Amino acid sequence: MTTSHSLSTEHLTLGYGDRVVVESLDLAVPAGEITVIVGANACGKSTLLRSLSRLLSPRGGRVVLDGREVHRMPAKELARTLGLLPQSPIAPEGITVLDLVGRGRHPHQGLFSRWRHEDDVAVATALEATRTTELADRAVDELSGGQRQRVWIAMALAQQTDLLLLDEPTTFLDASHQVEVLDLLTDLNRDRGTTIVMVLHDLNLAARYADHLIALADGRLHAAGPPAEVLTEDTVRTVFDLESRIIEDPVSGRPLMLPIGRHHVRARSAAARD
Amino acid sequence: MSAPAAARSPKAAVRDLDSVVRDVARGRRRRASRRLLVMLTLAVLVVAGFAVTLMFGQTFYPPRDVVNVILGEQVPGASFTVGRLRLPRAVLAVVAGFSFGLAGVTFQTMLRNPLASPDIIGISWGASAAAAIAIVSLSLGGTQVSALAIVSALAVALLIYVLAFRDGVAGTRLILIGIGISAMLESVTSYVLSRAAEWDLQEATRWLTGSLNGVTWEQTLPALAAMAVLTPALLALSRDLSMMQLGEDTASALGVRVERTRVLVIVAAVCLIAFATAAAGPIAFVAFLSGPIAARLLGTGGSLLVPAGLVGALLVLVADFVGQFAFDVRYPVGVITGVLGAPYLVYLIVRTHRAGGAL
Amino acid sequence: MRRPARVRVLWLLVSVLVLAVLMVASVALGSRDVAWSDVWAALGGSDGTLEQAAVTKRIPRTLLAVLIGAALGLSGAVMQGVTRNPLADPGILGVNMGASLAIVSAVAFFGLASPTGYIWVAMAGAAVSAVFVYTIGSLGRGGATPLKLALAGTATSVAFASLVSAVVLPRNDIAGSFKLWQIGGVGGASYERIGQVLPFLAAGIVVSLLSARGLNSLALGDELAAGLGERVAVIRAVAALGAVVLCGAATAVAGPIAFVGLVVPHACRLLVGIDHRWMLPFSALVGAALLTAADVVGRVVARPSDIEVGIVTALIGAPFFIHIVRRQKVREL
Repeated sequence: MTTSHSLSTEHLTLGYGDRVVVESLDLAVPAGEITVIVGANACGKSTLLRSLSRLLSPRGGRVVLDGREVHRMPAKELARTLGLLPQSPIAPEGITVLDLVGRGRHPHQGLFSRWRHEDDVAVATALEATRTTELADRAVDELSGGQRQRVWIAMALAQQTDLLLLDEPTTFLDASHQVEVLDLLTDLNRDRGTTIVMVLHDLNLAARYADHLIALADGRLHAAGPPAEVLTEDTVRTVFDLESRIIEDPVSGRPLMLPIGRHHVRARSAAARD
Repeated sequence: MSAPAAARSPKAAVRDLDSVVRDVARGRRRRASRRLLVMLTLAVLVVAGFAVTLMFGQTFYPPRDVVNVILGEQVPGASFTVGRLRLPRAVLAVVAGFSFGLAGVTFQTMLRNPLASPDIIGISWGASAAAAIAIVSLSLGGTQVSALAIVSALAVALLIYVLAFRDGVAGTRLILIGIGISAMLESVTSYVLSRAAEWDLQEATRWLTGSLNGVTWEQTLPALAAMAVLTPALLALSRDLSMMQLGEDTASALGVRVERTRVLVIVAAVCLIAFATAAAGPIAFVAFLSGPIAARLLGTGGSLLVPAGLVGALLVLVADFVGQFAFDVRYPVGVITGVLGAPYLVYLIVRTHRAGGAL
Repeated sequence: MRRPARVRVLWLLVSVLVLAVLMVASVALGSRDVAWSDVWAALGGSDGTLEQAAVTKRIPRTLLAVLIGAALGLSGAVMQGVTRNPLADPGILGVNMGASLAIVSAVAFFGLASPTGYIWVAMAGAAVSAVFVYTIGSLGRGGATPLKLALAGTATSVAFASLVSAVVLPRNDIAGSFKLWQIGGVGGASYERIGQVLPFLAAGIVVSLLSARGLNSLALGDELAAGLGERVAVIRAVAALGAVVLCGAATAVAGPIAFVGLVVPHACRLLVGIDHRWMLPFSALVGAALLTAADVVGRVVARPSDIEVGIVTALIGAPFFIHIVRRQKVREL
């Protein structure tokens, strides 16, 4: 069902008030892949994601989707191609899972148009894909953190977009739920070819799940490419100001970053560092 | 053996999805029918309340007389009492209640806060202060009062909006600035009323708490017209509005043009409030209470606009009837609805305490 | 925001001077033009002419304005400290309306007539509504945020105002005098009324000022204050009691006057910093100056009648309130 879309930025400059957060950024999101954006706190990751999804107007440059400028596209048309899950979305008090997921159908509905069979199918498919069918009649505020995040992803799926942007979908989740959510997103990408762009905090999870890794430092592009090329000791030093060693992840074969602090370092590595 | 199994499993998956689709559709229909049932019940109650208000009073008129008066026939006694006194009053009760309820729930939904209704954040005070000044200080009447009230309510709303604007409007700031403005307008209103040549407590309470006493068609018709025009306008925006409950980012990601929707919604709701206030005063707490009551009856799934309007109409009808006839003194409707607010606040405490929910 | 002692003392002198000037102005200026010679004569005890009589009446009025202003400024400062809420104010929090409701009910149903009784009842009403509003405001997520407290206070005020109307409407006998009281003013001042309210104000001022050190600890947050060995609940209860006595007594005499308690502490924080041992006395001083000034303005602007001081403070205070709201970051509201 996916046609490949191209999303890219050209000389993109972003900021709030007097502060410039992202400066003259050129990057391209590869279609049909999982792209993960990493960087230190306040380096402009979330700002970039907000701008890709039209939430924030650029100071300069532009965001281009299939040759058209995102900020000039009709809102609903864009929302049928590109979905976004913000970092902390708000659920109205007492709303049920079914109602919440149904709201993802908004861009497909006209002013007074009635609910159609295909809307039901989209909602059911989204519930199934996120394994939240059993929760359908529960109130969202009663759910656990992991369940709630799956429900929000279901809402974004019901939107049936070929591009899905997520701002730190794993924050506030424990280790097993983090993996569960990322596995779910990988399923989406593999099964339906959905292009996924997300911001992640955890470098190692990013390297594990990304097809394409983008490292930002101070609002500029430091490196972009496959994790094996991007996640180097040099990158960690520049982006996070942290000494580290990169080894091969015995589970996935992807790079794994081990931080070197001031303590608990074996004599041998300390010597090696000197 | 393995071949049929392989053939069955994808089929099973398809059947599975179909049954989920059926469940989803059934759940939706169940909700829709409950919604319809509640709305019909409310509508029936409003009609019943309307009929009772027309029939009962100092003298009782049977339904036949009332219908004849409405049809325009001359009925001795009833033509005056029902046609000139009770009918405009009952119509305004429904119109004002519906307008306040609808506009109130619109603001509460948009600002995602059940306490943030237009009577609390100062919009009603804009209309009320202007009306009080127009009548008491400038000795105006009729349409001039309505016009001034509407202009002033819109101006106050615009002022609140402009003052709250800094990198986009944050709901929180908008509410607090509204509270500040309303404190100022309230004191202006009290001052104007206290300087009236003859201190008319009834007239004062109209502009401080709302009243339907002495209502004529001249006051009722503009409010009715406004309701007829603005209700469909707000309903057309209701879907975008319910997306905004999910937060501005999510709503925007779902294709809602947040800032544009917000401006349109505010203008429509403020006009509703202004026309109703110009006719009946800021009937206390109707805008504040209708939305939460409707939500309680319906759940939070669908749009609450029409149900809240119906609840508002019912509230005003009943409160006005009670205020007129239940006590030795005739209380204006706003005093009765305002008094209802106190137990509601206590109820909020008790419920939140028990459920541990959020306000 | 620590200020050197020299700056504080300087501001102290300036405020005292300003207050003194305002008190003189309050005696000299009014709806009637009075020559300076008459002012001096009246201050000397003579009230032979119409002018001198007018001035004689202005003296208790000025004293009352000073007292009420000091009480409200101090009460607001303590409330902001107790709730750690920059928008706390007896008017915004609905405490004034609670006092109004209590007084009206007592007059209508129990025939309350004694002035001291007024004060007791007003304080009780203020205390009950303060607790009520604070409880509603702290419901749900995030506890008592400024936003929720302000909304709860406003909603409670509306409800109480309706109850007040419900009580007053059938009673034409009390409606007229209530109307004047409701708007708030110091116009009806006399030495007798000052004498009645003075003990309450004195007690409230002492209690409030004594809680300054405790409020400094509270400013760090409940956990940290407890960690420093303070008894948080006791500090909070005592300080709140002082604030409620002050604003209840002030409301009983002068009617509900909003925004003085809000504006004054903010101004004082800018002048002398956040240390409550300086900030509280300063709030009393500046509050007295503000209310005196507002009363003078109300008398001069609308000659020959005068605008009640409660209306003037609302017109000055509301824009200031909006300014504070605009300055805060959204997350802190």
